[in-house]
Amino acid sequence: MYKIRKAEKLADKIYLMDVEAPRVAKHCEPGQFVIVKMDDKGERIPLTICDYDREAGTITIVFQCVGASTEKMAMLKAGDSFRDFTGPLGCPSEFVEEDVESLKKKKILFVAGGVGAAPVYPQVKWMKEQGIDVDVIVGAKTKDMLILEPEMEAVAGNYYPCTDDGTYGHSGMVTTKIEKLVEEGNKYDVCVAIGPMIMMKFVCLLTKKLEIPTVVSMNPIMVDGTGMCGACRLHVGDEIKFACVDGPEFDGHLVNFDEAMKRQEMYRTEEGRAMLKLQEGDTHHGGCGHCGGDE
Amino acid sequence: MADVLKKVPVREQDPKVRATNFEEVCYGYNQEEAMDEATRCINCKNAQCVKGCPVGIDIPAFIQQVKEGNIEEAYKIIGQSSALPAVCGRVCPQESQCEGKCIRGIKGEPVSIGKLERFVADYALENDIKPVGADKMNGHKVAVIGSGPAGLTCAGDLAKLGYEVTVFEALHELGGVLVYGIPEFRLPKLKVVAKEIDKVKELGVKFETNVVIGKSTTIDQLIEEEGFEAVFIGSGAGLPKFMGIPGENANGVFSANEYLTRSNLMKAFDDSYDTPIAAGKKVAVVGGGNVAMDAARTALRLGAEVHIVYRRSEEELPARVEEVHHAKEEGVQFDLLTNPVEILEENGWVTGIKCIRMELGEPDASGRRRPVAIEGSEFVIDVDTVIMSLGTSPNPLISSTTEGLEVNKWKCIVADEELGKTSKDGVYAGGDAVTGAATVILAMGAGKAGAQGIHEYLSNK
Repeated sequence: MYKIRKAEKLADKIYLMDVEAPRVAKHCEPGQFVIVKMDDKGERIPLTICDYDREAGTITIVFQCVGASTEKMAMLKAGDSFRDFTGPLGCPSEFVEEDVESLKKKKILFVAGGVGAAPVYPQVKWMKEQGIDVDVIVGAKTKDMLILEPEMEAVAGNYYPCTDDGTYGHSGMVTTKIEKLVEEGNKYDVCVAIGPMIMMKFVCLLTKKLEIPTVVSMNPIMVDGTGMCGACRLHVGDEIKFACVDGPEFDGHLVNFDEAMKRQEMYRTEEGRAMLKLQEGDTHHGGCGHCGGDE
Repeated sequence: MADVLKKVPVREQDPKVRATNFEEVCYGYNQEEAMDEATRCINCKNAQCVKGCPVGIDIPAFIQQVKEGNIEEAYKIIGQSSALPAVCGRVCPQESQCEGKCIRGIKGEPVSIGKLERFVADYALENDIKPVGADKMNGHKVAVIGSGPAGLTCAGDLAKLGYEVTVFEALHELGGVLVYGIPEFRLPKLKVVAKEIDKVKELGVKFETNVVIGKSTTIDQLIEEEGFEAVFIGSGAGLPKFMGIPGENANGVFSANEYLTRSNLMKAFDDSYDTPIAAGKKVAVVGGGNVAMDAARTALRLGAEVHIVYRRSEEELPARVEEVHHAKEEGVQFDLLTNPVEILEENGWVTGIKCIRMELGEPDASGRRRPVAIEGSEFVIDVDTVIMSLGTSPNPLISSTTEGLEVNKWKCIVADEELGKTSKDGVYAGGDAVTGAATVILAMGAGKAGAQGIHEYLSNK
């Protein structure tokens, strides 16, 4: 069992937890993820590592409620435990292996969308620790949905919040902010974009035009997360890659986003049913009452 | 009295009924039937059956005990050679191992050794007969990577010799392919696998789940930082193969590993569990091995019409005869001499599988007749789900993170057969990680060899 030290609500449907997992905390690097399983009957869910404390032996995870399992997870409190917590999984971000001096010469732009701020944070923090100031754009639908703001501001060189509805910071999508920064004369050597697939797709379409090499962190459906099933496979150029072992980070200009987004929808009906069952509790009888629903 | 030429028949669930549930197909012998079958063994002096068993169980000796009704005695005899008899009695391909060599098989049917072993093991599980552990610990620490058949056997053998053994498992449940691969209807998880693993725990073996060696820690760190003096790698061959044909990433195409993991390990077939499975209405399973049969029979139980698509003929099917027989009885359809060339899709979802008819040509280097495509014979099978069961290879995670560990061109760890010794001092390996995908009992044999190798290594250190 993996004990939850801290559980905190960051925004509507977005939660942060510190979980005791000494083996993961000892070995993880920015860019990697964990797989958590809540209880005996739970499913295995991949979550990016948001932060880690090697001495305390804890891992920070941030998740958004998007279905039955994450809604149930949100009910966990400090002192509760996850039945399973596996990791670190996937490859660390490539820059972890890079020579710090040559890294210092590069101008790097991080772009986070929604809950994607969580996986971007450890990377920006790592950069700060190496003495590298990077530009960070964080986008959210509204001001209330912007997460980890003070943390990000503390480690970013330049921090640019954006909201779709203009309630805070730059008004508009992250892509318009990227364009604006480039127009203002910023020349980026590399862009790292993490968020919903649709956002990563549009960032990549733009950065391809702007000729900025772009790294994305893919979040397909996963089961084991160790390379034994291929549920997370995707096309990168002409090659089939398993996101859990070959990634999750890939060259965004080579990823087939349309296929990847289609694959994310594979269990839409099943997920909808599970969600309905959870919301309706004992009153759940399946479906609308005419179609037979679950039967 | 039993007919000497024929096996005492074993009771099974009716095919029509069992095709709709996940309960075990074969009920096994009761004591009366087992004792009856045991009388068919002629207790050969130079028993061939023992030579056919990869772990060398003293078969005639245990069967003589069954004949006399001393089931606990019989269990002790099996226990000297095998750590997982309730598993092996169920899943070994006995027709090509022990039973294939039985003298009775020349004129009639061989003695039903597998079913007798299963009876004895189930009796021990039901009556909670404990295995015999070490008298005292010898003070040496050994790590075992992987809790599949190879790792469990190696750990059990080492514990009996007095070693302090810790098994590291990447998944959240113990058992490897016994829990994620082989379905409930062939191998019950709680009733058999979990209890069999409890017996290994009773020997003093410690288990740590959710540890991915190569990620959570490495073999070098286990040795340098955690004080393990030797390591046995039994990490299996879990990496699935795909065909590389167009349409393979469409929604509704799965590796057999994913389909079976969802159903067996995550219990997606049971509504009270959270993991979903896209069962499919009409399913094509590509391949002809045991895994293909397991996937096909699982899909059938989830309510689909199921086709096995295999490029050779029935004779070459690599699956166990009993499983092919069971699949046919349950209504799985076999499209033989048929090879997929493309998966058809609409809006990203599978709508069909385009195949080409094959004929058998000249034997190839392996002696099997090579299938050759018949030009212009393409046709389409309308399906909404395709399960690829083309075999697996070892996951490179461990070999790529362990310094000085030699692998061959198939990414299999190079280890000697007798003692499992690898190119790295103190590191032993066995099972599918070394051979590529094979059988449970061969993995157990390799686990035994590895335990012997480690014992010799640490005794001489």
